[in-house]
Amino acid sequence: MWNHPHARRDRARIAGATLVFALGLLGVSFFRVQVLASSDYALTARNNRLRQIELPAPRGTIFDRNGRVVVDNVPGYAVTILPGPRDTIAATLDRLAPILGLTPRRVEELRSRIAGNRHLVVDADVAFERVSRLEERRPDFPGVHIETRPRRRYFGGAAVGHIVGYLGEISREQLSDSLFPGYRQGMVIGQGGLEREYEVELQGETGYRLVEVDALRRIVGDFAGQEGLAARPGEDLHLSLDLGLQEFIHEIFPAGKTGAVVALDPADGSVLALYSAPSYDPNLFLGDQRNAAFAALIEDEARPLFNRAIQGTFAPASTWKLATAAMAIDLGLIDADTHMEEPCRGGMMFGNSWKACHKVDGHGDVDLTGAIAGSCNVYFYQVGMKIGLTRYLELANELGFNTPCGIDLPGERASVFPQGPEYWERVFGYTPRDGETLNLAIGQGPNSQTPLKMAQFYVALARDGSAPVPRLVPDPPGDRTATPGEAWRLEISEGALHAIRDGMRAVTSPGGTAWLSSLELWDLIGKSGSGQNPRGLTDAWFAGMAGPHGEDPEIVIIALVEDVPEGQGGSSISGPIVAKAADYYLRSKRGIEVPEVQTLREHIQTGPWPAWAARPPPN
Amino acid sequence: MGRLFARWAIDPPLVGTVSLLTLFGLAMIFSAVNTVDPDPFIAGVWMRQSIWFALALVAFSVVSRVPQRWMEWVAMPAWVFGLVLLAITLAFGTGAGTAAGTRSWLAIGGFRFQPAEAAKIATILALAQYLSARGEAPANLRDLLVPGMIAGAPLALVLLQPDLGTAQAFVGILFAVLFWAGTPIPILFLLASPLPALILAFDARIWAVYIVFVGVGLYLLRYRLFFYESVAVIVANFAAGTIATPLWNSLASYQKSRLLVFLDPQIDPRGQGWNVIQSKVAIGSGGVTGMGYLEGTQKRFNFLPEQHTDFIFSVVGEEFGFIGVGITLLLFGFVLWRLVRLAVDTTDPFAGLVLLGIFGAWFVHIVVNIGMTVGLVPVTGIPLPFVSYGGSFLLMSWVALAIAVRVAHDEARSRI
Repeated sequence: MWNHPHARRDRARIAGATLVFALGLLGVSFFRVQVLASSDYALTARNNRLRQIELPAPRGTIFDRNGRVVVDNVPGYAVTILPGPRDTIAATLDRLAPILGLTPRRVEELRSRIAGNRHLVVDADVAFERVSRLEERRPDFPGVHIETRPRRRYFGGAAVGHIVGYLGEISREQLSDSLFPGYRQGMVIGQGGLEREYEVELQGETGYRLVEVDALRRIVGDFAGQEGLAARPGEDLHLSLDLGLQEFIHEIFPAGKTGAVVALDPADGSVLALYSAPSYDPNLFLGDQRNAAFAALIEDEARPLFNRAIQGTFAPASTWKLATAAMAIDLGLIDADTHMEEPCRGGMMFGNSWKACHKVDGHGDVDLTGAIAGSCNVYFYQVGMKIGLTRYLELANELGFNTPCGIDLPGERASVFPQGPEYWERVFGYTPRDGETLNLAIGQGPNSQTPLKMAQFYVALARDGSAPVPRLVPDPPGDRTATPGEAWRLEISEGALHAIRDGMRAVTSPGGTAWLSSLELWDLIGKSGSGQNPRGLTDAWFAGMAGPHGEDPEIVIIALVEDVPEGQGGSSISGPIVAKAADYYLRSKRGIEVPEVQTLREHIQTGPWPAWAARPPPN
Repeated sequence: MGRLFARWAIDPPLVGTVSLLTLFGLAMIFSAVNTVDPDPFIAGVWMRQSIWFALALVAFSVVSRVPQRWMEWVAMPAWVFGLVLLAITLAFGTGAGTAAGTRSWLAIGGFRFQPAEAAKIATILALAQYLSARGEAPANLRDLLVPGMIAGAPLALVLLQPDLGTAQAFVGILFAVLFWAGTPIPILFLLASPLPALILAFDARIWAVYIVFVGVGLYLLRYRLFFYESVAVIVANFAAGTIATPLWNSLASYQKSRLLVFLDPQIDPRGQGWNVIQSKVAIGSGGVTGMGYLEGTQKRFNFLPEQHTDFIFSVVGEEFGFIGVGITLLLFGFVLWRLVRLAVDTTDPFAGLVLLGIFGAWFVHIVVNIGMTVGLVPVTGIPLPFVSYGGSFLLMSWVALAIAVRVAHDEARSRI
């Protein structure tokens, strides 16, 4: 019965229905996946095999005022891991650690940065030997990508360290800072100096290319379907800096000493040189040993990372006397030929106390030029008294002696100067009397200035009484506003200006304290200063300016050497630095060869008395 | 031409379609190993498969000339021989290829084959021989005892290898043959009832509902069943529910995770879930028209696992899209339907049962294999007939085809 044709046909119908049901179910499943959800799966398939590889842009090149390259780029290598599952990346990191020399702490840090769809920059600057070792074992490291990445090269090395700054990987805090829009993990950014100040301009725009990877995340080739984006190189910077001068200063700065040298162009206040000793070589922040190098710099007691030119504040001592003079002239209280009521007799009585001058014999009755030439305390005590404390503080504040200059470098510190009489109450706990003016007038008291601030003031004396804001990049790229221009202006008559300069000229003239620093071709004038520092030693200042004889100065230079032994001062230690630097700059500017022997002192030491130098007046 | 085919007694629509599928399979294997980074061990598999195809054609022309009487005579000895081979395989077998962890292969000299494939055919023949000789349709559960043992013995040996995929084929064979032998459908459901109980036992409440459901079924069929049969069904269901947990614990961890991953591939996207996820991504990205032959990116970049064996249909989906999938499904549907048609047309009970047995085996292979590529059924290592790479499987599938066309046309030939 069961094999009757009718029975067979009935069963065939059931079998056919089962078949249609099963194949129908499959058909519906495929329809859902291939027709309804196709775009989702196509996207997944695309993400499966396409990876975006970032192409870092070369940072902008930095040139000095003569077109010499200060910083440029050479090819370097970075090691990155392409996106993938977290545990796979973590395992790859562990295996990479010995090859790349990663510390356990660094591995831990990188682990916490693994993000789903971004590639992880393991090391943005890997030494070539490590790269080649990794390359040999390439098949063991699928998903690891070695990319060429422009690497910074700093010409001038330690001479320019404080100016150009250095690079470092962007930190977690910086990533969330609005100053760095669009920045990502692993990017290398400026962490100091100009590299930091002009980071956004120098960085350029990261490009990318699309590559295809296989299931093991090995790169198989470029993706033909879509163009990548070429990297846009960063903007170049053109500095007012004279790299030759900067290197020259680095060379002549007394070995083992700390201090700073600032050279400004009186024409526009732009920076010709800005040096802080000890310095550091920014090239140390690149490559393998950067962490060790950084640690060593941080631990160094001489604090090489500290930029004394813009961050260190020092008692300005006698160099400040010209500020007192300029303020009095501006107020119309004195003029070039003003004498004080009280001549210098090695000091003067003020109230019940004797205020001393450094010259025990006294300077006698001097005019402004004579007072500057002799650095007469008694004269400037009386100028201070004429101005009076309130006016004195007001005007000094107006001239910004307690604010930063606004130079285009990060981390500039404000100088220290009382904002008003309440300063004494706050800091010392007493109401200031008129006597405070006497101390302030000769550069003592609560007054501590950065070398840059003093340089800015001397630029005003080299000009017409107006002080521009010092800049390293006079014409910055991008949207940045150009040089801000004048910071302040003092009303100083031509005559008074010449009287002041004549006083400074006396310092380098026969009989002057800095006479031995005088130069063959140039009219060097200046003012020395020796300030007591908290360590009981002397900080030796020399503020100078130089130019061709009979013309306006073309360069203003401030040199400060810290911790000079007793008995030595601004004229003997800092003066020669200023003189030689000025000579170098003015000669190179005119294409004149810079000789080994520059100052009068060097001439005397190495040979006969030079014909150009006047003999000292017979005593 | 017609005379030639008539004398040789092959079925041109069936053999033609199967030939088409085999050639298509060769093309897909060629494409499947065409990746960005070709594995030297599998780069030449399409040539080896071609050689196996040639061997299969020889085997086909030989076996299709064997008279049906010989097949009936050889059925039982072949079945016994198959069991012996499976036992030997368990003792001395090796793993191979994608099933390296199991003992499914016997190697004689340099020649390797899977005895389970031969055992499948022997089991079909033995079941057909027994049921056709019996003369009447099984009417109750006791009548299913012997057929159950004929299929159950090789099934158990295959499960021990362990090869869950091939074991499913024996289930398909048993049910298809019993169905064609006239076993009432409700009896077949009762026979199958412990299996759902096994799965549903993981939630006692659902299992309780299911037992009630089975009880109602037994009550409705009370006039057609012996009392002990009802008891046996209930006992079997309770037993299945009871052993479910110990059985689960006895499973190898990869088997457990395969089942869990079937429920949610994302629980292990890089491990067991990888296959299904990447397969669906390949199939889905194929869209309606596919990426074109050799162009599948999931395949080319090695995202697809087992792309030339168990997951070859994913490549079909990726490269030929929904249209290609539909056509392939229709071709397979035609092959299966043709087997049923031939069974309807033949008056010989043995021939009909053999045809349905082959139908059952292929049905399971096709539905389970294609179903797993699209996530419809759990992943078990089961190849797609005529398309997947695998020499002895291709050969035995063609032998089964030869037997099918032989028994279907045996009478026609004897009439000439």
